[in-house]
Amino acid sequence: MRRTAGSVLLAITALLFLSDCVAPHPYSEQFRETPRAGICRRFPLGTDDLGRDRLSRLLYGGRISLECAPAAAFVSSLLALTLALAGGYGGHWAGRLVGVAADLCLSLPWLFALLAARAALPLDAPAGATVLVTFGLLSLLGWAGPCRMLMAAVKVRRQSEFALAAHAAGCSGLRIAVVQILPNLIPLLWTQFLVTMPAFLLAEANLGLLGLGVPEPLPSIGGMLRDLADLPNVARHPLALAPAALLFVMVSCCQLLVSADEYHV
Amino acid sequence: MRIATGRSDTGNGSANRMPGPCGPSGRRGRTGPAWRAFGVLIQVLLAVARLGAQQWGGELRVCLHSEPRNLDPLLVEDEPSETVRYLTGGVLVRVNRATQQLEPELAISWKIENGGRTIAFRLREGLRFSDGTPFTAEDVAYTVGRLMDPALHSPTADTFRSGSGPVRTAVRGPHEIAVIFPEPVAGAARLFDQVAILSHQSPQRPGAVLGPFRVVEHKPGSYLLLGRNPNYWKTANGRRLPYLDAVRLQIVQSREMEALRLRQGQIQAISTLDPDLFDEAPGARDIGPSPASELLWFNLKAGGAIPAYRRTWFASPDFRHAISLAIRRQDLCRVVYHGHASPGIGPVSPSNLFWFNRRLAPRGFDPVAARRLLESGGFRNSGGILLDRDGHPVEFSLITNSGNRSRERMAALIEQDLAALGIRLHIVALDFPSLIERISKTFQYEACLLGTSNVDLDPNGQMNVWLSSAANHQWNPEQPAPATPWEAAIDHLMRQQASNLDEHRRKALFDQVQQIVWDQEPFLYLVNRDALVAASPLLHNIQPSVLEPRLLWNVERLWLR
Repeated sequence: MRRTAGSVLLAITALLFLSDCVAPHPYSEQFRETPRAGICRRFPLGTDDLGRDRLSRLLYGGRISLECAPAAAFVSSLLALTLALAGGYGGHWAGRLVGVAADLCLSLPWLFALLAARAALPLDAPAGATVLVTFGLLSLLGWAGPCRMLMAAVKVRRQSEFALAAHAAGCSGLRIAVVQILPNLIPLLWTQFLVTMPAFLLAEANLGLLGLGVPEPLPSIGGMLRDLADLPNVARHPLALAPAALLFVMVSCCQLLVSADEYHV
Repeated sequence: MRIATGRSDTGNGSANRMPGPCGPSGRRGRTGPAWRAFGVLIQVLLAVARLGAQQWGGELRVCLHSEPRNLDPLLVEDEPSETVRYLTGGVLVRVNRATQQLEPELAISWKIENGGRTIAFRLREGLRFSDGTPFTAEDVAYTVGRLMDPALHSPTADTFRSGSGPVRTAVRGPHEIAVIFPEPVAGAARLFDQVAILSHQSPQRPGAVLGPFRVVEHKPGSYLLLGRNPNYWKTANGRRLPYLDAVRLQIVQSREMEALRLRQGQIQAISTLDPDLFDEAPGARDIGPSPASELLWFNLKAGGAIPAYRRTWFASPDFRHAISLAIRRQDLCRVVYHGHASPGIGPVSPSNLFWFNRRLAPRGFDPVAARRLLESGGFRNSGGILLDRDGHPVEFSLITNSGNRSRERMAALIEQDLAALGIRLHIVALDFPSLIERISKTFQYEACLLGTSNVDLDPNGQMNVWLSSAANHQWNPEQPAPATPWEAAIDHLMRQQASNLDEHRRKALFDQVQQIVWDQEPFLYLVNRDALVAASPLLHNIQPSVLEPRLLWNVERLWLR
């Protein structure tokens, strides 16, 4: 199962990263004479409301999501790890401080934080910068959950025999944390990364549905999912569901990797 | 304007007309006396069937898109509350939504006196509020007094304030009253279309009403049930109208859900149908351009956070014309509104039959003229990028409200249109409060795409937009003195028309205002949306109007099979 999920995810990633070669049209080109076109040779998935090729937009949009969500998950996991090590090895007060910060972060209404950040951005900020800010903010807000788990793991491993032996041998706290504890956290960190990444994919989709995700004319899965609000149109053009299907497959693959990972562990 | 008429109401006698004794001339064959008599008999039977066709009773179900903010008719400021006011409130005069002419309602007649400072009403006698209290001139005096009370902060009262002084009333008899303004008010009678008369003595006020329905039950967030007013004064066939027993206003925010409910028969009418849902909605009709326009403007407010060189672009009429000429309005209508819109022309929609300036035409798509205008202003194209005289690339941001798919689509089309000129447009969709903050307080924006709807047909209703000192003079609000000669000219013309009592002279003055706006383009009018409605075949006597409330304006004569 793990191998299948990994292979599918890898294939999708390869396809999306080759979008420059595979996409039949530029993602923002409007074929205004053929809005909401059905499947045809020219437009394999039809066109959207503005006459833009759905397949091209799906490939580019998926690529943006697959570039940004793992990057944000990586930053988030790194932040979580750093703070977990600091909290777990920095003494009682450092642990309390990190714990309280994580609790506060988890209770933050992050949607409003994102809204405020978007509203505060300069209006002529390029679309790419808006994407970076959106995912950057997601990564800054997503560290708390993994951090609590990692900190608990650090505390357990700190009391383990190999850590005590290293301490008795005169190793410094920093050296024990980096050389002894950190390698033991890698499987857990990988699992947290796999859990966080689909969460960020879904977060982008949710923001896109609200019209606050990746700005036009850049495509995104969330932005394309907005077409699903027009149910009669979806009934006429079921291929409008393609972004939802792609998102489902990507998120499922990540979840299957996590499940398989947990089972494996 | 195309106005689709519904079925005729036998109450006005149209269906009582008997067909002529002869069938279509020239028909040959069996036209003997027996066949003719049989034909006449059939037609008589059909006519009798039509005569008794109206069905009394039943509950009409429609949707409101949000909770009415205030059920006090004098404090109405949102569309749902306005609908409730229309269905429940009795007014002295009413603008007929089909003909756009004033018609007597609670007032039999009215007369302008004292050079336009006074309007005298003669009231209908023998009327009663829904709770049984009699209707007299004292009720009108009470209503106007309460309306003009500064402590009430009634949004409707603003249109009555013609000068610095109180609006007074003089009761001249039990059924005669004069309303006295401090300054002459043009089109004063129309103002009373929005003033629902309250009872001065009813303990139930404002629940005691003179309209066809009264509020029976209100479940916030869910529905509002209106029951028939047992004392409503209009009649048909000797019975008191309305035909319907009740109107249930269900609060449903999603337009998709509203269309779904119509398809499932849970509601019988949609007064504002989304163009995306038009093809799927049963009984959908396009009744022509509505008063609603979509427009784009540049921020010309001094002190706004815009680089000086960009402000110089925006302040140039040639630059604005070039942008306007580069936009394919026909594409906006066709692609975004599925053909249910027409290219925007000016401040008044063609649906406003009297005040629209028919000499104006929409600006066509003319990229050659646009380039010529830009070149004359010192702009030049370098490698596909438009540069100004000092070498700055021409790019600016356009804000619009997130969640409004039509506007977001329009912005995307405009972005590609302007890209053809070498102009880079940054589209920014903001949540509505942030957008309002920027366009009305901080002025930190460069261009904005929004919509407007002129609820009031009279140009006096637009004073808050066209006067340079006004807060809603969006491109450069609250100017201490007009910033440009053409804005000074608009100020002068608007004030002149507001104090002139001759309708045709007012029209000529307001035509000039429309011409100046067309020439200067402080607002780039993009499209006039069509009024789209949908009604179940079970609902009869509907006469859709482009004016609100589109399907319910003759609610007292609607009936359900």
